[in-house]
Amino acid sequence: MDELVLEAGRAEAHYWRDLWRYRDLFVFLAWRDLLVRYKQTVFGVLWAVLRPLLTMLVFVVIFGRVAGLPADGVPYALIVLGGMLPWQFFATALADSSGSLVANANLVTKVYFPRIILPASSLIVSLVDFVITLGLLAGVMAWYGYVPPLRVVWLPVFVLWALAAALGPGLIASALNVKYRDFRFVIPFVVQFGLYVSPVGFKSSLIERSLGPVARLVYSLNPMVGVIDGFRWAIGVEPALPPAPVILSLATTAVLLWGGIRFFRRTERGFADVV
Amino acid sequence: MHAPIIAVEGLGKRYRIRHEAGPRYATLRDALAARLRGLVRPGRWPAADRETVEDFWALEDVSFAIRQGDVVGIVGRNGAGKSTLLKILSRITEPTRGRITLRGRIASLLEVGTGFHPELTGRENIFLNGAILGMSRAEIGRRFDEIVAFAEVDRFLDTPVKHYSSGMYTRLAFAVAAHLDPEILVVDEVLAVGDAQFQSKCLARMRTVADHGRTVLFVSHNMLAVSSLCTRGLLLERGRLAVAGDVETVVAAYQRSGAGAGARVRRDNRAGAPLFIAEVSAVLDDSPQGHRLTVDAVLADVGDHLDAFVAYDIVAASGICIMQALPTQEGFLRAVRGEHRLRVEIDLPPLIPGSYRVTMWVGSHYSQTLDLAKECVQFQVDRSPTPGRTVPHTIDHGQIVPRSVIRAHDVVAAAAGPEGQRS
Repeated sequence: MDELVLEAGRAEAHYWRDLWRYRDLFVFLAWRDLLVRYKQTVFGVLWAVLRPLLTMLVFVVIFGRVAGLPADGVPYALIVLGGMLPWQFFATALADSSGSLVANANLVTKVYFPRIILPASSLIVSLVDFVITLGLLAGVMAWYGYVPPLRVVWLPVFVLWALAAALGPGLIASALNVKYRDFRFVIPFVVQFGLYVSPVGFKSSLIERSLGPVARLVYSLNPMVGVIDGFRWAIGVEPALPPAPVILSLATTAVLLWGGIRFFRRTERGFADVV
Repeated sequence: MHAPIIAVEGLGKRYRIRHEAGPRYATLRDALAARLRGLVRPGRWPAADRETVEDFWALEDVSFAIRQGDVVGIVGRNGAGKSTLLKILSRITEPTRGRITLRGRIASLLEVGTGFHPELTGRENIFLNGAILGMSRAEIGRRFDEIVAFAEVDRFLDTPVKHYSSGMYTRLAFAVAAHLDPEILVVDEVLAVGDAQFQSKCLARMRTVADHGRTVLFVSHNMLAVSSLCTRGLLLERGRLAVAGDVETVVAAYQRSGAGAGARVRRDNRAGAPLFIAEVSAVLDDSPQGHRLTVDAVLADVGDHLDAFVAYDIVAASGICIMQALPTQEGFLRAVRGEHRLRVEIDLPPLIPGSYRVTMWVGSHYSQTLDLAKECVQFQVDRSPTPGRTVPHTIDHGQIVPRSVIRAHDVVAAAAGPEGQRS
C-alpha cells in the first residue's frame, strides 16, 4: 500500500511522480481554458489572427517603407511575421502563465495537486492561438507565392523553445503574483519592453552589421533572439543560423527555466496560505 | 493488528499574523519602498513602520491514529483548528511541525464544486471536476452514468451550469465527489448546502462509502449528522486535541464545552473590517417566567462604514440555527473612531434544556456584512419549560415548547348503537 509522509519540507519527495499522476488534470485544465476562451469570445479565432495581421501591416509600412530596413530579397512582411508570431506567442504565454495561480486561487486553497500544472497548462491556450496564426503565415506566403525550404520541419523545435522561454519567467512571475498582487503590473511592461529589444521588426544580423559581432552576442542573451532567429531560419527568410548566438540564447533559456522551476518549487508550499 | 491508516504525531501549524499597526507588505511597491528607506536611513525606521508579527498556532501538538474503516467526526468551535487539520491532511498546506503518515489514497472534499466553470456544460464540468479531485479520465468515464443518475440532471447535461438552479448545481457537484473511490475520504461541512432530502441522500452515500471499509473524516457543526454517521470522534479546542474516543463521548464533550456564560476576545481583525466584534459575552437569566438572554458586546470601530445594526442568531447544539433576534433595523451604530459597548436583551421562547450558541452579526444593510462572529458564545438552558416534567426532552420534538392552553373541552358521549348511523 502507498505510504505517504507529510512533514515540514517533505513536499519534494513525491513531486515528479505526482506530476505524472496528475497528467489528466493538466489536459483538462488546458481543455477548460480553451473551451472557455473560444466559447466566450465569438471572435476568439479572429482575434488571434487579427492582432498579428494588423501589427504586421504597421511594421511593413513603418520599417519596410518609411525606415527602409533591408530585407535581403525576401518579402519584408514575412520577416516581420517570422518575428511577430513567435514574439506574440511568447508574450501571451508569459502573461497567461503569470496570472494562472491567482486566477485559480479557488483551486489552490481547496485541492492538492502539483501547482506547477497551473502555469504549465495555461501555456496551451497561447500555443493553440499560435497554431492558428501559423495559418495566417501560410496565407501571406501564398500571397507572395513564397515556398518555404525543407528545413521548415525544424519549426516545432523552435515552438518548444519558445514555450520553455515563456515557462521559466512565467513560473517566477506567477509565484511573485501570489505574494505581491501588484506584480501583475510588471508583466505588461516586460512584454512591451521586450518587443523592442527582440528582433521583431528587423533581423539580428542587423545588430552585427551596425554594432559588431560582440554586440550580437550580448544581444543573444535575450532568449527570444534565438527563438526568433531560428523561426526565421526555419521558414527560410534568414539564410544562416550562426551557432554562437543560438547557444547563448539557449543557455539563457535553460537558466531561466531551471531558476523558474526552483523558485516555484521553493515558494509553492506557501501558496495556499497567502493566495 | 494493522498499522493505522492515518497516524498523526505532534502536528503543529503556525500562521504569522501581521498587525494593523505596521504596514503589510502585500504589494511589491511597499516592500521595495520599505527596503529603500532602510538603505537611506539604516537603523532609523519610523516607529509607525515597524511591523509586529504575532505567531498564531492554529494547531499545536496534535497526535492521534485512525484505523481503516473508522468514520471519524471532527468537531470543535470555529477557530478550533478543524479546517487547518483538513487542509494539512489534504496536502493543501504543509505542517510546521510534526508528521502525518497516510497509508492509502486520500481524496478531500473541502468545498462542493471546486473548479466548476459556469460557462461549461454539466458533462464538461463532471470531467473537469473529477480530474481536479484526482480521478483519471478512465475512472470518470466508467462512473459517468452513476454520477448523472445520482445528481438527477440528465436532461440538462449539455446545458452550461450557469443556467442551473443552485440545487441542481450542488447535486451535480456532490455527485462527482461522492463517486470518488479513495481509501480515505475527507469531507468538510459540505452537507450544509442543499435541501433536506438531498442532505439525507448525501449522508446515505457517505454511509455506503464507510460500509465498504473506507475511512471517512467528517467535519461538521451538525451534531445530529456527526452522531448518526460517525463511529469515532475528535474534539479540537483552540488548536489542541481535547478529546478523542467514541462518538457519543466526543459529542457530549463538545456540547458540554464552554457551558455557561463565556466571554471571548477576538484578538485580531484579520479581514480588516471597519467595524468588528472584538468581544462578546452572554448571560442567561433562567427564571420560571421565561428565559432572558443578555448579550454584551464590544465593537471596535475604525470609523469608515455606513450606519450599522446588529442581529443575533441562536444556534442549537445540533448546529441548526433556530431563530434570529433583530433589535432594530435602523442603522444605530454611527461611524466613530473607538468602540461601541452594546448590551442587548433577548426574550427567548421556552427552549428545551441544552446548550445553545450565539452568532453575532453586524452590518450596514441586510446584504452588507461588516463582521460576523460565528457561534462565539454559548449559554446553557437547564430548566425545562414544562414545569415538573421528568421525561427528558429530545430534539425529535423540536427545540421550543410553545406555551399552549386548553381553551375548550366538551365531552360528547357517544350515542349507543353501531357506527355510521349518524347522518
